[in-house]
Amino acid sequence: MSTVTHDTQHDAHHHGAPTGIKRWLFTTNHKDIGTLYLWFAFIMFLVGGAMAMVIRAELFQPGLQIVEPDFFNQMTTVHGLIMVFGAVMPAFTGLANWLVPMMIGAPDMALPRMNNWSFWILPFAFIILLSSLFVEGGGPAFGWTFYAPLSTTYSSDSTALFVFSVHIMGASSIMGAINVIVTIFNMRAPGMTWMKMPLFVWTWLITAFLLIAVMPVLAGAVTMVLTDKYFGTSFFDAAGGGDPVLFQHIFWFFGHPEVYIMILPAFGIISQIVPTFSRKKLFGYASMVYATASIALLSFIVWAHHMFTVGMPLAAELFFMMATMLISVPTGVKVFNWVATMWRGALTFEVPMLFALAFIVLFTIGGLSGLMLAITPVDFQYHDTYFVVAHFHYVLVTGAVFSIMAAVYYWLPKWTGKMFDVTLAKWHFWCSLISVNVLFFPMHFIGLAGMPRRIPDYALQFADFNKWISIGGFAFGLSQLIFLWLLIKACRKEGEAVSPQVWEGAEGLEWELPSPAPYHTFETPPVIK
Amino acid sequence: MTMQNTPNHSKMVLKLVAIVIGMFGFGFALVPLYDVFCDITGINGKTSNTASVYQSVEIDESRWVTVEFITRTNTGMPWQFEAKTKRIRVRPGEMNEVAFYVRNPLNRPIVGQAVPSVSPGTAAIYLNKTECFCFNHQPLNGKEEALMPMKFYVDPQLPKDITYFTVQYTLYDVTSSAQEVASNQG
Repeated sequence: MSTVTHDTQHDAHHHGAPTGIKRWLFTTNHKDIGTLYLWFAFIMFLVGGAMAMVIRAELFQPGLQIVEPDFFNQMTTVHGLIMVFGAVMPAFTGLANWLVPMMIGAPDMALPRMNNWSFWILPFAFIILLSSLFVEGGGPAFGWTFYAPLSTTYSSDSTALFVFSVHIMGASSIMGAINVIVTIFNMRAPGMTWMKMPLFVWTWLITAFLLIAVMPVLAGAVTMVLTDKYFGTSFFDAAGGGDPVLFQHIFWFFGHPEVYIMILPAFGIISQIVPTFSRKKLFGYASMVYATASIALLSFIVWAHHMFTVGMPLAAELFFMMATMLISVPTGVKVFNWVATMWRGALTFEVPMLFALAFIVLFTIGGLSGLMLAITPVDFQYHDTYFVVAHFHYVLVTGAVFSIMAAVYYWLPKWTGKMFDVTLAKWHFWCSLISVNVLFFPMHFIGLAGMPRRIPDYALQFADFNKWISIGGFAFGLSQLIFLWLLIKACRKEGEAVSPQVWEGAEGLEWELPSPAPYHTFETPPVIK
Repeated sequence: MTMQNTPNHSKMVLKLVAIVIGMFGFGFALVPLYDVFCDITGINGKTSNTASVYQSVEIDESRWVTVEFITRTNTGMPWQFEAKTKRIRVRPGEMNEVAFYVRNPLNRPIVGQAVPSVSPGTAAIYLNKTECFCFNHQPLNGKEEALMPMKFYVDPQLPKDITYFTVQYTLYDVTSSAQEVASNQG
């Protein structure tokens, strides 16, 4: 559990801080909270992954095999919710907690007590969500997008539990985001000007603004679902003058910025790792900052590309198509800059770099299938098929999740002071890389051939591909156990001691600190060259 | 900005919390904004909820427009509901009348409410109803049947590329909410 136990106990001795479980419950230290967030995210990743295994086991063969259709729907729903709100977002928040203060030369986050709260309400949110699976009538079965009237008229009685858990997750993210913004605005070390900030800090700053802009809209949407279902309002009920299509507009007004919330910090991570192992400065730093900002701004005007088939007028379809395609320009700038950073660099292929390279290639594949989905007329074919599933798993698993793994491997030696087990890490990388492509690549083909998503059964012609996909899924799931074993070993402080810089080409304030990073850092601000 | 030891966090936190509250409100403001936007542009197929007055507009003799009527009942609404006229060819500007048949097969009174939707949505604002059963609640006693009239004209301003549109009526059971209103007034 503790990456920094040894030092903290030493420190705690001087400060009279609580030890044992109380240390974690009452901690206001950004490193402790970062660790809590990361472990929580990893546990949720395994829980959500177990649900994916149920889904893939059911889809291994055509016909209903293992679970009832309603339980299958609960699995797809809760898998999505857990991976988005329980795994990817908390993992990024954990990385921000650990790294933002060290990267800008601040002693801690700006609001340490709120930081403690924003983490500790999170387990309750997920206990509520997971417990709803065990109540009579079952848990949420309407997909993570909870479209009305699936979530209102046709949902199970446990929908209130779902609503409250989303409220708590939202509150946690908003508090985390406020903390990041205030820290970055007010606590940068003297001389750490805006355009000297590491890109991870920049991307997180922009992500935090996206979070405080759209998480409240999500809270509003779930509140409307709650009152529609239980208190007789008609926001989304045509009988009372409402409109179910309005739900989709409100949801995706949140939902599209949300997908950038899950990828912008990944861009930041890759922009830290690629220069280190290329032994060059990042190519086009300023353009990276502006590209991130333009992606964030554009994310507010493209939401309706998720709902091309609801019957919008042609002008709206064209507008959302063009605006969506426009996003590929700043994203292309980023991919170009990463490649240009590597150009003529002295490349080495340590584990974080392997994950970063896999990210660049596989995220780009996901981006290209996104560009295909943006084309309105063809989206009518792709809509609600496995092609969409393939697309967002390429950007979220081989994108966001691979970037998180890259980040963990990159900074883990800084956190523990010891080099992780490189052999295990390479096994983890290669097993994951191969299995993830066996898992998600064939989904493109069955999607184009017309297999609908979120259905527990399928036509016979999809049987072979689904078998391969399930095998890939099981292999990818098992590969993560290698990662778990590696992390447990790392936290038990096994391995060789590392230098403060850890990686030969690493630059930045965090690499000037000793390894492992002491419990309190930069109590006097560093001098920025 | 980068002063280390005198950060004024609370001012900034207040501003950010204000943004959060504002965006929560904006989520709800999207509801009326959506209605206003769709009212003006007519893009979600919703027609006007009030009767329009027939102004003696010039009848466009140069073209025909086909209007199709389809009906459905919402889940749990037991009425039989049919359009007497399934399809009608009209001249833009000319008054037309069609009728819809409803029958309550149960033994208890039920209040129905029909909600129209026009497809393609862009045609919605050109459909002017001078009289429609959809403007009011329709109460039927047990086993009662009725013919409900609907008078309309198509605005001659209707874009030339629309030669065919569909009006769909969905019938909802609003008995419980109608009783609530009645008891509140009584």
